[in-house]
Amino acid sequence: MHVPDGFLSLPASLATGVVAAAGVGLALRGARRELDERTSPLAGLVAAFVFAAQMLNFPVAAGTSGHLLGGALAAVLVGPWTATLCLTVVLAVQALLFADGGVTALGTNIVLMGLVGVWVGWGAFVAVRRVLPQRPASAAPAASVGGLLSVPAAAAVFALLFGVAGTVPVPLDVVVGAMVGVHVLIGLGEAVITGLVVSAVVAVRPDLVYGARPLLQRPAVPSERVPA
Amino acid sequence: MERLVRRLPAQVKVAALVGFALAVVAVPRDALALHAGHAVLLAAVVLAARVPGRALARGLTVEVPFVAFALFLPFVATGPRVEVLGVSLAQAGLAGAASLLVKATLGMLAAVTLASVTRPAELLDGLRRLRIPAQLVEIGAFMLRYVEVVGDEWRRMGVARAARGFVAASPAAWPALSRSVGALFLRAYERGERVHLARLARGYAGPTGAGGVPATAAQWCAGAALPAAAALVSATGLLGGWGA
Repeated sequence: MHVPDGFLSLPASLATGVVAAAGVGLALRGARRELDERTSPLAGLVAAFVFAAQMLNFPVAAGTSGHLLGGALAAVLVGPWTATLCLTVVLAVQALLFADGGVTALGTNIVLMGLVGVWVGWGAFVAVRRVLPQRPASAAPAASVGGLLSVPAAAAVFALLFGVAGTVPVPLDVVVGAMVGVHVLIGLGEAVITGLVVSAVVAVRPDLVYGARPLLQRPAVPSERVPA
Repeated sequence: MERLVRRLPAQVKVAALVGFALAVVAVPRDALALHAGHAVLLAAVVLAARVPGRALARGLTVEVPFVAFALFLPFVATGPRVEVLGVSLAQAGLAGAASLLVKATLGMLAAVTLASVTRPAELLDGLRRLRIPAQLVEIGAFMLRYVEVVGDEWRRMGVARAARGFVAASPAAWPALSRSVGALFLRAYERGERVHLARLARGYAGPTGAGGVPATAAQWCAGAALPAAAALVSATGLLGGWGA
């Protein structure tokens, strides 16, 4: 699912690289608020989790299967800044050690999955969370909507980039329509799985779900952590 | 030759990969022939470094979803059209699809080459020396160190599910699989907390400087050979009006 080398023109690849670098720079500051000094080990383990989760197959039908993209899920579980960092690291490792996604397209992939996927998912989650009853169980349906929108949003941005700065002249409406159409279906799967995973975590440790913390009446587990 | 390539510091190899990929991507879509030169250069490095054929073949399977996207282009691209077997296809779309696939394949093979001559720990040192923010590299280090552990946990959960007679064959299996993914997250997160506490207990006081070794001028020159030659191929072809 990662954009390889050569899909966008050289200037466009460099431009998305600059946008990605700026976004990651902001995320490095923001993540400190979400995870304090535990950032590196926790974000590293969450990145390992995202990496593993992207390789798990969910059977669809007739032997076909899909997998999670995980942007919205990571945003709800650990907060959007940390999620951006985790997705960035996962994408960089995939490009450099697994040849998945081109190195010149790394900026594009970070923009699509680490920025658009995470922040559209998070934005939709926050919007839905606001209108649902204020209890931890509401996090699951809200995360589901986040997953549903994050996938076609990333696909739409890719199609727009390709239409504007791709290497082939294409009618914008056709490509955007086709990409969004296909990815709405993928987004439905993402929505179901994201919601189910969040509901499973909320049932056990609601205090660990970043997006569910405002929904807790009081801290479910009193903080035992002594400042180091 | 093999030792020379493998012994180059990782920062040189990463820079060489990025430079080569940029040179490949810079070629316009109608100058497909130029990529033959890139392919020869890359093949020389692949042979010199003795990259296993299995790794190259496995890399090709990663591309499959984007092959579908490329095949869709000749049908929708604008501009003059040609008849192929009675189907009207856009010339720009055909040239574009071919160009995309060749560039993507060259980039992928170059990345496989880097991965097969660089150990993950060396790669992390190389990234630190390329001034990638320390925190980002540290997250990558923790990820690479624990990705096997997290993967093993997932396999153990799969064994446990199978032992209880669970078969994943349709979306009906999603709730059970999703609960396992939730459990996997909890285990990964809690392990992250334990790792942090263990690190503090050992007297951790902030990230350390870059490890690895600095590259010598000679090593930078050796590493620059591939991207420089690739850029030369792109530039001579373009200046000669080959693809204009």
